[in-house]
Amino acid sequence: MSNPTLERGETPGPGSRLPWHRNEDYRRMFSLLMVGLVVALMTGPSGNRDHPTDGFTGSWFHPRVLLFLGAAAAIGVLMTLYDRSKGAGRRNPLQPVIAPITAVRDRMTSQPLLRYSVYAAILVFAVLYPMTLTPFWQRVLVDQIGVYVLLALGLNIVVGLAGLLDLGYIAFFAIGAYTTAYFTGKLPVAPPFTLNPFEVVPIAILATLVAGVLLGGPTLRLRGDYLAIVTLGFGEIVRILAVNGDAFFGTNVTNGPRGAVGIPHPSIHAFGINYDWTLKSLPYYYLLLVLVVGLLIAFNRLENSRVGRAWTAIREDEVAAAASGVPTVKYKLMAFAIGASTSGFAGVLYASKVGFISPDNFLLLFSLLVVTMVIFGGMGSLPGVVLGAAVLQWMPQVLRGKVPPEDRYIYFGALLILMMIFRPQGLLPSRRRSRELKLSEEGLGGADSLGATPGTTS
Amino acid sequence: MAMLELQDVHVKYGAVEALKGVTLEVNEGEIVTLLGANGAGKTTTLRTISGLLRPSAGRILFEGRPIDQMPAHEVLGIGVGHVPEGRRVFPRMSVQENLEMGAYQRKGGNKEVMQRVFELFPVLSERKSQEGGTLSGGEQQMLAIGRALMSRPRLILLDEPSMGLAPLIVAKIFEIIAEINDDGTTVLLVEQNAAQALKLAGRGYVLETGSIVMSDDAATLLSDDRVRAAYLGEDIGAA
Repeated sequence: MSNPTLERGETPGPGSRLPWHRNEDYRRMFSLLMVGLVVALMTGPSGNRDHPTDGFTGSWFHPRVLLFLGAAAAIGVLMTLYDRSKGAGRRNPLQPVIAPITAVRDRMTSQPLLRYSVYAAILVFAVLYPMTLTPFWQRVLVDQIGVYVLLALGLNIVVGLAGLLDLGYIAFFAIGAYTTAYFTGKLPVAPPFTLNPFEVVPIAILATLVAGVLLGGPTLRLRGDYLAIVTLGFGEIVRILAVNGDAFFGTNVTNGPRGAVGIPHPSIHAFGINYDWTLKSLPYYYLLLVLVVGLLIAFNRLENSRVGRAWTAIREDEVAAAASGVPTVKYKLMAFAIGASTSGFAGVLYASKVGFISPDNFLLLFSLLVVTMVIFGGMGSLPGVVLGAAVLQWMPQVLRGKVPPEDRYIYFGALLILMMIFRPQGLLPSRRRSRELKLSEEGLGGADSLGATPGTTS
Repeated sequence: MAMLELQDVHVKYGAVEALKGVTLEVNEGEIVTLLGANGAGKTTTLRTISGLLRPSAGRILFEGRPIDQMPAHEVLGIGVGHVPEGRRVFPRMSVQENLEMGAYQRKGGNKEVMQRVFELFPVLSERKSQEGGTLSGGEQQMLAIGRALMSRPRLILLDEPSMGLAPLIVAKIFEIIAEINDDGTTVLLVEQNAAQALKLAGRGYVLETGSIVMSDDAATLLSDDRVRAAYLGEDIGAA
């Protein structure tokens, strides 16, 4: 063997002449065990003035250490098996789980009957299941999951379809929420007329649409990383405006870090219907369900229309798209505007459901969280992003009470890392996207808006 | 009246002037080639014509209409097709989808044009469902040309179609360019491969650091000493 370093993923046979410490598998196992130790230490108790050694003794000499080391070893073995199975052309160990799902999905495209029965089954489940949940989980379903499903669906248009990486997406959510607070009279500046949160919806959509175009306009020439940085800045500007808006040229506009309190619940008094949403979560859930189903249908149609094709072309190669006659400016702005207004819409619902908003609801972290949901679920795939948002919002709630609160993000991170190793294309990737990823692994073309700038490779 | 006219066109990238007053014309039915070294401004010229760049001064007329302020998709709409440098096929769309993107602006059927593209490039019809990114360099070039033809342009701008291709493939692509021209499409061809471009073209322009320094019949240019020295090497011109 002339080259002693092993290619990643290549596993030496039993007769390999490599010293054991250079063997990829052993090296990985060592790193994993180290990570296991670090995690064990980090999740342990921290010391205090009376018991300064607690952080140490409580972490090293505790069954939890064995648990984490065991988990690390198990992951190591799994990864080795996974690599071997790939190397030997054998089946992916996860194949028995994935294959049936893939088979059903494949069949769904060709058999409309099956497709609609699957949709119907999911819908029935989505209608009935939440009724059996405790009020706590119903609230999670609305405040955490439902709102973020809306956000993820909107961002999916921008990132997943048009390939524009937007890291300031939560700003539109904030604009929607603050618009609601303003028009319901809960900001220090009085609105010209007060409205019911439902009546704010068109105004909020318009406001975020304009904000989307305002952000999109000047950034149209940017791509990839550069666009990401500018949008990130935009998100922070909006949040900081909200924080410092209590002394906006001497006027208190946003109430600063204290935010807006007492935003009313929405209600309908029209067409002979009189309904008031209250503190109960379930009615909000059904409202959200109707909206999400509506958006799914609308976005699905959009994706398969001329607009969707234009977005695909822009994502794959913007210059080629322009040369093929796609009005790239128009469609990029459109993606921004649709994504932004969906986010604004979610903002209205969130503000009126929770009744209280402050700049802390719109941290950069949440922008990143929505991007993570889109990637985790499968960029460009509608069922994927819904599932991604649901899983990622559900997980911290499950861990609540089971692990110390400050550790929750460690588990969250571990889930993401595992995902990136074993299923980088996301939970339910769109077909085109998984092909794109496969091709980019083979060195053909940039993967997406999150990696190489599209269009720099042929 | 010339089909395409550039009148004293200037283009700037920030403070750098890439084109310093380019004037040229292409008549209907011609093949005109634009020669020049790397960085002379050939690609910039084509991208300015097709609306991907805006000139800072000067005028561009297509069939008498000013097009210098038109966005790219409108320029394409009035009959100017552009095959960008480096092929730039959509890597993850199939060959068929790539071609369909070329007809993005056309409403209604494009079967006929696609049929013609497949006649010109039989290899593309064999690979209809293959992804653009998995084609060979020559096939990608063919696909890029085919995609531009899908919009039924009356003038096609070709940016270095020979780039990075084997001589045999280059010869084939040049044959097809001649065929496209026979179909009635006017061609403006940017090339570094001066010998072959001048044999194919009727007239040529030589671009040097943003200005046209020579223009003449292709045959005259081919025998011009300066052109031979600068772009053909000493022996190739005679071959």
